[in-house]
Amino acid sequence: MSAAQKSLALHLGLIGGLFALAFILPTYHHGNFARIMVLATYAIGYNVLFGYTGLLSLGHAMFFAAGMYGMGLAMQYGGVPALPALFLGIIAATILAAVVAVLALRTIGVAFMIVTLMFAQTGFLTILYFGEWTRGDEGFVLQQKVRQIAGLDLSDPMTRYLAAWVLFSVALLATARMMHVAFGGVLVAIRENEERTRMLGYNVFAHKFAAVVISGAIAGAAGAAYGLLFGYVGATFASVQYSIFPLLWVLLGGAGTTIGPFIGALFMFYLIDYSSGLTSAYMLIAGVALVLLTLFARAGIAGEIKRRWAPWLP
Amino acid sequence: MGAVASLSLLQTHGLTRRYGGLTAVDNVDFALPEGQVHALIGPNGAGKSTFVGMVSGRIEASEGRVEFEGRDVTGLPTHKRIRAGMAYTFQITSIYARLSLFDNVALAMGNRNRDAATEALARVGLDDRADQIAGDLSYGHQRLLEIAMGVAQAPRLLILDEPTQGLAESEIEGFNAIINALRGQTTILLIEHNMNVVMALADAITVLDQGAVLATGAPEAIRADAAVQAAYLGSG
Ligand SMILES: Nc1ncnc2c1ncn2[C@@H]1O[C@H](COP(=O)(O)OP(=O)(O)OP(=O)(O)O)[C@@H](O)[C@H]1O
Ligand SMILES: [Mg+2]
Repeated sequence: MSAAQKSLALHLGLIGGLFALAFILPTYHHGNFARIMVLATYAIGYNVLFGYTGLLSLGHAMFFAAGMYGMGLAMQYGGVPALPALFLGIIAATILAAVVAVLALRTIGVAFMIVTLMFAQTGFLTILYFGEWTRGDEGFVLQQKVRQIAGLDLSDPMTRYLAAWVLFSVALLATARMMHVAFGGVLVAIRENEERTRMLGYNVFAHKFAAVVISGAIAGAAGAAYGLLFGYVGATFASVQYSIFPLLWVLLGGAGTTIGPFIGALFMFYLIDYSSGLTSAYMLIAGVALVLLTLFARAGIAGEIKRRWAPWLP
Repeated sequence: MGAVASLSLLQTHGLTRRYGGLTAVDNVDFALPEGQVHALIGPNGAGKSTFVGMVSGRIEASEGRVEFEGRDVTGLPTHKRIRAGMAYTFQITSIYARLSLFDNVALAMGNRNRDAATEALARVGLDDRADQIAGDLSYGHQRLLEIAMGVAQAPRLLILDEPTQGLAESEIEGFNAIINALRGQTTILLIEHNMNVVMALADAITVLDQGAVLATGAPEAIRADAAVQAAYLGSG
């Protein structure tokens, strides 16, 4: 099998496996997996910018939240049906990403991290400031009766799982495709050697801009879907914590690999899940796991597999 | 010289770059006829890299203009100048160290044609290593890879900043052969410290000293020039 065939088989295998799990998993894990697939989609978006383009953002929660609030506010106050509201959320995140890209891409390295962090913080405070509509920290619940697409009740566990599965599959296949074509190669080239890439005649700014926008749009899609599928919209999702999560998932799973974001989100979710059952200091356990990983598998789980055994891993 | 002056592919007018109080390149007028192999020489710190940096757009000019193919490109960003037909290899090797040789050349060509990449690598004798990681190559081979990338871009103007630095004697011979093979098709601006290479390859030489053009002309004339000898050749 060629590398392209192997990677296609891997992606379809993962997607097929997750589909099968919809009918196998016990209730508790079934619910977890629905959540993980949406969070993994968020991580896939983050990975486009961090893993492939080499730009470390500390503010992706603003895109996740823009999607969530774009969707949620439209439904709550505009009476917009679920599906168009989902797209409004994605559009909101995309526009925000374009604006942030133009401003933040004037900076590089640590300054880029700080600028994205500040933007996200501004977004968070804006949500709190307009508490009258956003309900601030408390957030608001989307009623079950409006959470429907084409007559399908998204609060039903199986429907919800499959909706999350569709979202994840689209994001995974779209990014895998993106990395297969020339555009993705240029993103990697920018990550590896920006100066050389510019001196080969590539418009580095335009590519970085596109990467921020695509990354923000996917994060926004995940945020909108999360609100819609789990029926809750709240300011927590715009907090620093939610900017750090995708970074951790991607680092853990393997930055710059297509399946890394999913592996990282899955691993971290269950790590916290199990350790919080053992001790209240569960974040400590998560922290220790991360330290071990950075010591023994610096490229993350999928990254390490790629390095040692499967260099074809996309 | 013929009655009709050959067309200049590249011209600079009053090109100047200042760093604070230091004028690294000082009011340089330069013309490079199409098809020529032109060597740019001069002592360390003469402003050679800064000059070609301004030609390619990598370094912003403080003053002056750059014309490429008769068009003023001074205001164009780097990537547009490169797209217009320039290629540039760095004095300090700049390749994609974590990518394969094939990926390096593919990025230079702008496509992933396996045969074309193999051909580009074959020019520097690295075609049997297409799937190796570039960073694993020896220093000399990395420099050859960068040259192969520059050639693979199929530029009209190839700018090489001290390409033979760190190459073994046999590799330098290989380099000379590459330039001779390109002669006539590609205009080449070559910064070079190795006078044997300069004398073997250059159709014309420009000597830069303290940012300014000290002399320009045919190799033999430059070699005989007393001022050049004082500034450079004697001490070099
Ligand atoms: N970014 C910079 N900031 C300040 N001074 C600089 C900068 N770049 C170059 N210079 C100075 O400008 C002068 C010309 O430098 P340049 O690198 O162009 O010389 P060069 O002829 O290429 O020398 P070499 O043969 O050593 O490569 C030197 O005095 C150098 O110290
Ligand atoms: Mg130099």
